[in-house]
Amino acid sequence: MALDKVGIAKRIAQELKDGWYVNLGIGIPTLVANYIPEGIEVEFQSENGILGMGPFPFEGEEDADLINAGKQTITATKGAVFFDSAMSFAMIRGQHVQLTVLGAMEVSQNGDIANWKIPGKMVKGMGGAMDLVASADNIIVAMMHSNKAGESKILKECTLPLTGVGCVKKVVTELAVMEIKDGKFHLIERAPGVSVEEIISKTEGDLVVPDNVPEMVL
Amino acid sequence: MNKVVSNVSEALKGIEDNMTLMVGGFGLCGIPENSIAELVKLGVKNLTCISNNAGVDNFGLGLLLQQKQVKKMISSYVGENDEFERQMLSGELEVDLIPQGSLAERCRAGGAGIPAFFTPAGYGTEVAEGKEVRVFNGKPHILESALTADFAIVKAWKGDTEGNLVFKATARNFNPMMAMAGKITIAEVEELVPAGELDPNQIHTPGIFVQRIFQGEKFEKRIEQRTVRSK
Repeated sequence: MALDKVGIAKRIAQELKDGWYVNLGIGIPTLVANYIPEGIEVEFQSENGILGMGPFPFEGEEDADLINAGKQTITATKGAVFFDSAMSFAMIRGQHVQLTVLGAMEVSQNGDIANWKIPGKMVKGMGGAMDLVASADNIIVAMMHSNKAGESKILKECTLPLTGVGCVKKVVTELAVMEIKDGKFHLIERAPGVSVEEIISKTEGDLVVPDNVPEMVL
Repeated sequence: MNKVVSNVSEALKGIEDNMTLMVGGFGLCGIPENSIAELVKLGVKNLTCISNNAGVDNFGLGLLLQQKQVKKMISSYVGENDEFERQMLSGELEVDLIPQGSLAERCRAGGAGIPAFFTPAGYGTEVAEGKEVRVFNGKPHILESALTADFAIVKAWKGDTEGNLVFKATARNFNPMMAMAGKITIAEVEELVPAGELDPNQIHTPGIFVQRIFQGEKFEKRIEQRTVRSK
């Protein structure tokens, strides 16, 4: 069966490594924080100016001065630190953050990503996404394999305005985990009960399929 | 040097039509809400506003948009504001969207005497159109120019009579860089204290960047996305 949003977040959480500083985007990526594997320590950076982002506050303890990049009220962990936006993006551009997880509307087989604009329909702006994808060494995209009309979002070339070029390393969808290298998607794992055929049929971009594609273990 | 002015209307003296203003804050967090209310009252028009966001429909910079006081917005993210979207799509409002880190650094550069810098953010995208590209360490970068403003309006938690500022939690965001980049910087603070009361080791923005400081009359501090967990 295809994964739900929580399933995608759980699978991405398995990529976390002890000692990493991690930036999580808005939406599914935010959920990753709930499934940190046992025995490892990671710290979450939110680009509006906190390192050491904790869970949502208890009701009645919200602080208007303490929010994440999605403008949600949050808490700070012990040892957290606040800083200004220039410092925050120095951490990001300077590659001090080890992993960026973000959502996308489209990705292409050379690692391009589009997630900030649909011409004529939606212009919300890129926020910090362009800085994040241009600089991070390790970018995982959390997204759905197809749009609501059933069209693949895993493409040969993006059709929407780009957020970054040649930057995405890994994509986790409700159907599969894919790596991007040598200008192609490489199928690494499939969601439990999802067939390789279904993944192939829903992937427009070039997809390299090994003989044996293991199921995800969640 | 005493930077104190008695109230918001004195603080905003000299702001006129067609000026460029930097306005601190991220979302509704750390915005100079008393000064924004006063700008609405003043009715100054054709403003260019440099601010990460454009507020929501009925708060923050959204209030200036509703009165059609803004000619151009320079921002990184402008969702959550229907009036903004309407004005942008109808062409009433000019909008320059730039990556958040580039916006922060362009303000910092403006205040630090750096006319331009190269960044990888936006290479290969619409943002790079018309900008010089150079390769450093095998990676392409685009040239971004510094931003300055006629007035920068920032909001701090505490400030002293010298204009030294301390921010609270994530309400710091763009305020320190914008304070540096204003020809005249106005700081609106929750608590104004005599010089010497703030620990010099803990000051975030040195008073040299601040020309006028006042204690805001009231702070609503509206929350945009109230998210909680149960006990």
